[in-house]
Amino acid sequence: MIPELGHVALIIAFVLSIGLAALPMWGSVRSSTSLMNLAPTLAVGVTTFVAVAFALLTVSFLQDDFSVAVVAANSNSLLPPIFKFSAVWGNHEGSLLLWVLILSGWMSAVAMFSRGLPLVMVARVLSVMGMVAVGFLAFSLLTSNPFERLLPNVPADGNDLNPLLQDPGLIIHPPLLYMGYVGLSVPFAFAIAALLGGRLDASWARWSRPWTNVAWGFLSLGIMLGSWWAYYELGWGGWWFWDPVENASFMPWLMGTALVHSLAVTEKRGVFRSWTVLLAIFAFSLSLLGTFLVRSGVLTSVHAFAADPERGLFILIFLALVVGGSLLLYALRAPAVASRVSYTAVSRESLLMVNNLVFTVATVIVLLGTLFPLVMDAFSLGKYSVGPPYFNAVFVPLMALVMPFMTIGPLSRWREDSTARWLHELMVPCLGVLVVALVLAFLGKDGFNLWIALAVLLAGWVLLGVVKDLWRRLSGAPDGRLRWRTLNPSFLGMTLAHTGFAAVVVGAVVVTQLNEERDLRMAVGDVEELGGYRFELLSLGQQPGPNYLADQATFEVSHEGQVFAILVPEKRRYFASGQIMTEAAIDASLWRDLYIALGEPIGENAWAVRLQYKPMVRWLWLGALMIGFGALITALDRRYRSQVARHAVPDTGALGVAG
Amino acid sequence: MHPLRKQRLIMVSLVVVLSSAAIGLVAFALRDNINLFYPPADVIAGKAPTDRSIRLGGMVVENSIVRSDTDLNTIFWVTDYEASVAVQYSGILPDLFAEGEGVVAEGTLDESGMLIATQVLAKHDENYMPPEVAAALEGKTAPAGASMLP
Repeated sequence: MIPELGHVALIIAFVLSIGLAALPMWGSVRSSTSLMNLAPTLAVGVTTFVAVAFALLTVSFLQDDFSVAVVAANSNSLLPPIFKFSAVWGNHEGSLLLWVLILSGWMSAVAMFSRGLPLVMVARVLSVMGMVAVGFLAFSLLTSNPFERLLPNVPADGNDLNPLLQDPGLIIHPPLLYMGYVGLSVPFAFAIAALLGGRLDASWARWSRPWTNVAWGFLSLGIMLGSWWAYYELGWGGWWFWDPVENASFMPWLMGTALVHSLAVTEKRGVFRSWTVLLAIFAFSLSLLGTFLVRSGVLTSVHAFAADPERGLFILIFLALVVGGSLLLYALRAPAVASRVSYTAVSRESLLMVNNLVFTVATVIVLLGTLFPLVMDAFSLGKYSVGPPYFNAVFVPLMALVMPFMTIGPLSRWREDSTARWLHELMVPCLGVLVVALVLAFLGKDGFNLWIALAVLLAGWVLLGVVKDLWRRLSGAPDGRLRWRTLNPSFLGMTLAHTGFAAVVVGAVVVTQLNEERDLRMAVGDVEELGGYRFELLSLGQQPGPNYLADQATFEVSHEGQVFAILVPEKRRYFASGQIMTEAAIDASLWRDLYIALGEPIGENAWAVRLQYKPMVRWLWLGALMIGFGALITALDRRYRSQVARHAVPDTGALGVAG
Repeated sequence: MHPLRKQRLIMVSLVVVLSSAAIGLVAFALRDNINLFYPPADVIAGKAPTDRSIRLGGMVVENSIVRSDTDLNTIFWVTDYEASVAVQYSGILPDLFAEGEGVVAEGTLDESGMLIATQVLAKHDENYMPPEVAAALEGKTAPAGASMLP
């Protein structure tokens, strides 16, 4: 009964979303206040029924209802309850339902927090989001119904969740990532609404900005968690593989990075408007493209749950409609909203333009590398694969290119600045950083490393710029006191995110350059030295888990004669699927990780073992955390709230110049 | 010059410089870094290059995995039920690597026609087949009882 109720709830949500897509939009055309007023109610209605459907699917999982096809395929009576819960989205149908749930959650959030916006704007935004919801609910109901039953042949037990996904990281990684992915639909909806209304001014940018920052922040956190999960769960110790599915989430992030910065210019100065709108459209389109790549089964990946051409075709058509429709609208309306504000070559506008260009080019490059094999295959021109060397060769120089500008940007003035002033502001940081980089690069035990020197130089440059900016804001009060009040959330968020970026760069370069890895055969009593650490294999044993049996190896790790860790990597065999899984053992710290993974047994009493010494790998994720939280903090800025309280800007300034 | 026109000029020249740099980089990077996929039949027919890295995909032949007792060297055969190619790999194989399962090996062919693999990829769960392998095996079935080892 429960699955049928869930199915009904999903159908009701679908009907409501059609209402949301049509009625308020029609109301905005006819200037009908009553129709437009329906938008928030309908949005909350869709959310409620999707949430009910999601809850009922969760109940089916927790109750081991193996008559439901997805439960039978992805759960097992022995599966620990917490993983039964996360198994809800550890499969194609359930993860799509999560997608819709989060989309409707964003719709309700917009409905709730936009009471101060003009009604017609709210109606259009929610309507556009409703259209997206119609597409995905239809996709769920027509091609991937999560409530499908296996009647009358109900299996006695389920197939179990893919062991790779039986991990705490999976409980939060998809929801966070989807928060970001789907959250980009909000700036998209705002952009479309602005194009429809011909209203694209600074206040529009101010409404759109906190949503964009929050979505982008979640996306950053989601990607970071994915990278971390891959690191400890896949047993290779890698943190980024340029896997097409990673790229699928990385492309919206790159485009979102450009959007976040471009929106700043549009809000403060009223320029880059049509460009900002285009970025918003592209960012969400790339989210949809990512969904297509991941969900259609065209890729080989842990994320590709099942290959079903019908599903791929559905998303492809939806993608074409969304991209085609919004670009058409853009072509028709963008000329009407072009800006008439000027700025000079030496100004903050130009610097932010550099950011935009670099991140757009980076997106195109990643897109090219990701789609190239698919396109070649589609036209039967051969089966290619584009690997990490391509991405590294093009992506790394681009990031190095943007970093010098990252420091100048926050310190520079809008409209017109002078290079002399920049020089005056930055001379000291510049020299300081050069010295630090040279000294640090020589400290490595293998002598001078050019790449680390460059990374420290660029990261230090960014960091010193941040410090200088901070100091400039705090000091300068006539009474010599520090002006703490100048540190608003917008500024603090930016500072945190830029610092995080510097940390990611240093972490990535150091771990790539100084990583030590050895695959070898070790028997009980064998000793191996790596990165100055001594690893001794003490014993081998077996340990049963709730739904698996694990082979364990116990290692004693010592440094300079001092034993400081016992690491126990495992090789698990899961009962239900018979699948084998590596569980790496990691001794983590801020400056280095020690990583041990088991391969397969070799002869009697010996195993193939992978030992790794990974210096500063934590910096990557700490930096990404700072980027994500930095973005979230900016949304707390008072000006976004007072904006709402002030009941927005009157409609008359629609196409006028702001600022 | 009019400020707006100057602004446009800056924009356009920036775009031109950046995109040409990007195109140059892409062309340079793509040149060496794309790998073609070959099923074993194509390798045996001599269609695969020997001077660069390729991807070989198919099924691991039953009873063909030979593991060294002293180090991490492994030799196994990969088949598309038409022809088989030997693969040598030194390192830790993925968890789901097994006889009779789909696999993609990346590496270069040596003079004897053996693939010296730098990377071996297996599928991610028990029902999933790498798409390239699935396509290479399309329409071909394992002959019952016959050994694929030449």
